[in-house]
Amino acid sequence: MDAVTSLQYFVPELIVLGTAFALILLDLFVSNKRLLILLGVLGIGAALISVRYPHEPLSLFFGFFVLDPFSFFFKLASLGIVAITLLASLAYKPPLPYSGEYSALFLFMAFGLILMGSSNNLLMIFLSIEFVSILSYLLVGFLKKNPQSKEAALKYLLFGSTSSGVMLFGMSILFGLTGSIDLNMIQARLLTAPVSQALVVATILLMMVGLGFKISMAPFHMWAPDVYEGAPTPVTAFLTVGPKALGFAIILRILHTSFLELQSEWSVFLSVLSMLTMTIGNVIAISQTNIKRLLAYSSIAQAGYILIGLAVSNVIGVQGVLVYLIAYALTNLGAFLCVIIVSNHFGNDEIESYAGLSEKSPFLAFCLTLFLLSLAGIPPLAGFIGKYFVFASAIEGKFFTLAVVAALNSAVAAFYYFKVVRLMYLVPAETKEPLDHPIPLFLALIITLAGIIVMGVWPSPFIEFVSRALIL
Amino acid sequence: MLNHLLSWIVFVPLAGAIVILFFPKSMTQWIKWKATALCGFNLLLGCILLAKFNPNVTDIQFLEKASWIPQIGVNYTLGVDGISLPMVFLTLLLSCLACIGSFGIKEREKEYYFLYLLLSTGMLGTFVALDLFLFYIFWEVVLVPMYFLIGIWGGPRKEYAAIKFFLYTLAGSLFMLLGILALYFYSSPHTFDMTELGKIAYSRTFQQFVFLAFFLGFAIKVPIWPFHTWLPDAHVEAPTPISVLLAGVLLKMGTYGFFRISYPILPDGARWFQPWMGVLAVTGIIYGGFVSLAQQDFKKMIAYSSVSHMGFVLLGLAAFTQDGLNGALLQMFNHGTITGGLFLLVGVLYDRAHSRDLNGFGGLGVKMTVYSGILIFFSLASLGLPGLSGFVSEFLCLLGTFQVYRWFAVLACIGIILAATYLLYMIQRVLLGPLNPKWSSLPDINRREIFTLVPLMIFILAVGVYPKFILEYMAPALTALLAKLNGIPF
Repeated sequence: MDAVTSLQYFVPELIVLGTAFALILLDLFVSNKRLLILLGVLGIGAALISVRYPHEPLSLFFGFFVLDPFSFFFKLASLGIVAITLLASLAYKPPLPYSGEYSALFLFMAFGLILMGSSNNLLMIFLSIEFVSILSYLLVGFLKKNPQSKEAALKYLLFGSTSSGVMLFGMSILFGLTGSIDLNMIQARLLTAPVSQALVVATILLMMVGLGFKISMAPFHMWAPDVYEGAPTPVTAFLTVGPKALGFAIILRILHTSFLELQSEWSVFLSVLSMLTMTIGNVIAISQTNIKRLLAYSSIAQAGYILIGLAVSNVIGVQGVLVYLIAYALTNLGAFLCVIIVSNHFGNDEIESYAGLSEKSPFLAFCLTLFLLSLAGIPPLAGFIGKYFVFASAIEGKFFTLAVVAALNSAVAAFYYFKVVRLMYLVPAETKEPLDHPIPLFLALIITLAGIIVMGVWPSPFIEFVSRALIL
Repeated sequence: MLNHLLSWIVFVPLAGAIVILFFPKSMTQWIKWKATALCGFNLLLGCILLAKFNPNVTDIQFLEKASWIPQIGVNYTLGVDGISLPMVFLTLLLSCLACIGSFGIKEREKEYYFLYLLLSTGMLGTFVALDLFLFYIFWEVVLVPMYFLIGIWGGPRKEYAAIKFFLYTLAGSLFMLLGILALYFYSSPHTFDMTELGKIAYSRTFQQFVFLAFFLGFAIKVPIWPFHTWLPDAHVEAPTPISVLLAGVLLKMGTYGFFRISYPILPDGARWFQPWMGVLAVTGIIYGGFVSLAQQDFKKMIAYSSVSHMGFVLLGLAAFTQDGLNGALLQMFNHGTITGGLFLLVGVLYDRAHSRDLNGFGGLGVKMTVYSGILIFFSLASLGLPGLSGFVSEFLCLLGTFQVYRWFAVLACIGIILAATYLLYMIQRVLLGPLNPKWSSLPDINRREIFTLVPLMIFILAVGVYPKFILEYMAPALTALLAKLNGIPF
């Protein structure tokens, strides 16, 4: 489909881009910068309304942008995640500098994420990942007077560009082997062309370096804790879910479109990496004293659980990846919303600050407890449904070692989640001063809380939604 | 209402818990009475259930079935039979009595009763769920309120005890989840329905592995030696009413799992494990008895005696005979009433003396006459005095075992002797001897406390004198279970 006819299917993206440019322009005139963030939320809302379910896959812009149920799913997810992040940013203290640009950057980010979910060839995959990465570097270093934020941004940049380079190298070999950048074409060529299997596996490994970096898969996870700690908390909240979810989307698309025949090869190393990722994340999380670092390691561990579904890659496993991503996104965003409210009050992110929170702000403590329980996979909350799916896929695919390691890991993880719960409920508060809940944060909190409860108690619409996204 | 009696019983406490959330913290009296009234109302529903239940039918009764997550074949299935009915009734009874026993809780009442009612829902749900997925959810729902109830209102080492309980049980139940998934994927079409799963002929090796996975989950909950180490900590630190529920109901969830899941669904696995069950049972009985004997702390002594008494349940289960199974299920009920009562009695003493040091008491029989009478009654029931309920069930367990493993039964008798020793030794140290002047002003047990104990005493005496009235409910379902275990198509 050519560019002009494609435009009619491109409405949500156009709205997002239009709002982004409008924000940059308005930033020059509007003095109340919070209004600009609010406008950004409205722009995302408008885009969300205009998203349509594609009943048949469409290939827009000469095949550089696909519109299929899979990309539809991730489009909704990206927009939702960005909307909640912006709501959270509205009430962040101290107020973010350059709010107008901040808001615009997030709208570009939304666009970048949509591109990641809709790319079907190596070129677009690389470009969209780079687009999202560069925006992430900027946002991580957004508090430019804060040395920690600067350090985080630099670290992220160095790690990110190295791993992107390795990924690009892998892609170039793949192009050399098959003569195509289109994922479907690559699959067809790999079946017929006389290429050495070892070389193809090597390209997969090289590409997994860049993609593994995005999803903070061990051993490419080292950047995550420092970056998550240094970045402004709303940005951290976003980074733990947004790029991670879309990273999984791209891995899923590449492995399932081009390399499905080689599944026996990659599922072995993915399952090893999955075990490594969850174990490293969980074990290191135990000793953390900063809530952002704790959640950073927990999010590494969560990536490990999601990788189970990917490693097994049976029907229930692929569904599991998406179900888990919904549950994880809602839960982790919710947990970070609570962290923002608490650190607004105390001005730090130490876990000690949570002592006696249940007396100061019972509702907040209740919410954070539910989010942590959901992360720990306790029913009947969303996190359990995610865990159920990945465990089920491992058992069905006869990956018993993986299942047992994951079960043991879940028990370990409960320990550090309960460290926070213990402080909130079992340790008395020093002061009884209540915390304030700014309205936008409160709203976002209610959305995520309702999300995890509804998904836990009545998961069938979510499963239905996921299975419709997987009609490829 | 009568069409969905089980749903009502399970969800009335939950609804009450949610309503309590919306009431201000300061209305403690209101919250307290509301929770108690709800528990009483629920017990009433339980009595209706009991009256409407037909003991002569072996099938599931009061069946409720609705589709819940159709994509993965999960149904909302509830039902009771002769195995679960006594447990449901026991849970309702103890929840109600322990709720009255909770009036001594004086801080953070709103949270307490919220969690208490949530716990109730979890326990009741576990005993009536007939879908493995639903069963797992209720099973896990029990953990979280229990963590808080021990952790907030417990004794000095409450935090350690709470997290130990939580992690131990969670680890076990995760293996159970893997077992559930293995059953699910073996069946075709995939199902979580326990009745359907019970009809499938699984391969022997498969049964062995899955049996072990479930065993880990259940053994930690019971707890079976050597998985019992969380129990003394949790029991000692938990506040009195929670100890009652922990000993009276939570431990039964583990053995109930054998009756409901491991035995009927995996009979070959159970047969393969049968001798080991016997060995673990006897070890638990003797070990628990000796350790109880050595305790200085009243509550810890009762806690270890639970390990010993739950060993009898396991022994009855290991026998694979009608007497053994009858005894095991009856022992579950009796242990709930007897040990529940003993924990209440420890609580009565602790509330007054703020000490549980057995060696520090003495001569209380003179000061607290009513209390002494009741304590002796419960102790005698616990040590298996004929005429009281403990004797009947332990006798049946031994009778059942003797037909199969003669030596196990002989060894298990040591446990009864030990029980007599440690309980009488306790009575000697607490009630007899010269009065310790420190306790000369202790008031006797009050009316509210007596009120929580009398129903239990009625049951203990009634079962002891005429066990048929409760065995009638249990026996037909157990006959069917035994037929299944012996491979006779039923």
